[in-house]
Amino acid sequence: MLRSRIVPYLLLRGKGLVKTQKFTDAKYVGDPINAVKIFNEKKVDELSIFDIEATSKDRAPDFDLLRDIAAECRMPLCYGGGIRDAETAARIIGLGYEKTSISAAALDNPKLISDVATRVGTQSTVVTVDVRSDGLFGGHTLYSHNAKRKRSIDLFAFIVEAQERGAGEVIVNSIDRDGMMQGYDLELARRVRDMLTIPLSFVGGAGSTEDLATLVDEIGPVGAGAGSFFVFNGRYRAVLISYARPPKYKLNKN
Amino acid sequence: MASNGRSSAEAMLCIINYGSGNIAAISNICRREKLPYFIAGNPEELGQGTHFLLPGVGAFDPTMETLETSGMLLALEDEVHGKNKPVLGICVGMQLLADGSDEGERPGLGWIAGNVRRIDTRNLNRPPHLPHMGWNSVDVAQQHPLLDGIDAAHGFYFLHSYFFDVARKEDVLATVDYGGELPCVVGHKRCLGAQFHPEKSHSNGIRLISNFAQWA
Repeated sequence: MLRSRIVPYLLLRGKGLVKTQKFTDAKYVGDPINAVKIFNEKKVDELSIFDIEATSKDRAPDFDLLRDIAAECRMPLCYGGGIRDAETAARIIGLGYEKTSISAAALDNPKLISDVATRVGTQSTVVTVDVRSDGLFGGHTLYSHNAKRKRSIDLFAFIVEAQERGAGEVIVNSIDRDGMMQGYDLELARRVRDMLTIPLSFVGGAGSTEDLATLVDEIGPVGAGAGSFFVFNGRYRAVLISYARPPKYKLNKN
Repeated sequence: MASNGRSSAEAMLCIINYGSGNIAAISNICRREKLPYFIAGNPEELGQGTHFLLPGVGAFDPTMETLETSGMLLALEDEVHGKNKPVLGICVGMQLLADGSDEGERPGLGWIAGNVRRIDTRNLNRPPHLPHMGWNSVDVAQQHPLLDGIDAAHGFYFLHSYFFDVARKEDVLATVDYGGELPCVVGHKRCLGAQFHPEKSHSNGIRLISNFAQWA
């Protein structure tokens, strides 16, 4: 039976890992190779790595560092950040990543999704959307460039187009829940689940195994992502790389 | 040619390098498990191998094309069919062993009878449908040294939309339940294949690769 994936999300800035709150206040949390070694030992379901500087500084992915990370990694890997063409996506796959994620460049040019899917296959083509929930009216706004650039594109129309163009997964990243550890945006998760048939992952808000279990029980099989929960420990946010699956959750047979 | 330096009469795993990305992860496991291995990038090197790993990520046609243009296809055929050495195809590397694929136009190797087809999702009662992504349990259809000590309930990491619809039931070693019973480990004589990614499947994957390297 297909199980939900419990996925640590690691943010690269330069050669190091950071963790943000609401996409700002990046705090250094350690060395990526060291984190990968720990996650190997914990037998993590899947690992996602995002370079949060590449797009905003308009530079290419750090291929050398990504190669070193992949060589060390014994779990499935997804990478996102600074991928602007199918050639770069193919190069990432060639380094040993199972999946490549595009975001800002796909918002600029949705045809890129088709190009990447043709080049590396649907199963390796991930589209990540950074979403801010607009309080009172239940609206959702797309952003890019670390939530600094607001996009006038409809979230739901865009993810449907992404699926039609050959995306094999959509990752929904909640800006306003990032680092807050107070639970996922389940309302949004349900709406997205009802619209798409491809695999989905959600990140932003997980602060406990209960939060992971709630998402899995609601819409699993799903990718339940977490950043802070797997890199911090305690209320003072001491850095401690860890991994935990929900002790008990429904096994949703799909 | 890269190798980990262990030598001589014992098994020597040869990882066929034709540009597939999962080579680093496979070699990493070989080093960790002290399995003698080398990475072959041209046909002349294949003769030193006793067991062959055919990795693969991506679509059927481009993968088949790179294997052909690498010049290693004929050498591999000679090792496997001429000298009776075993080969293990991984993911798309396994799909290449088939007669052909619905995903592409090119003929496959035809070393295990059957065709690669798109997974039928009509029996999945809720999304997600395709790709089949994540950890899934497997069911062993028949005992084989490749599957010794595998925790079938824990299973392996899958990432695919196409599966190997093998023609002969006796070539199915294990299945995965995803919209139906899909063959996920196949074997015919010295040709073996795994649809999942053993190099990214922790203990079970390490065990499967070790089993293969020790298969007499």
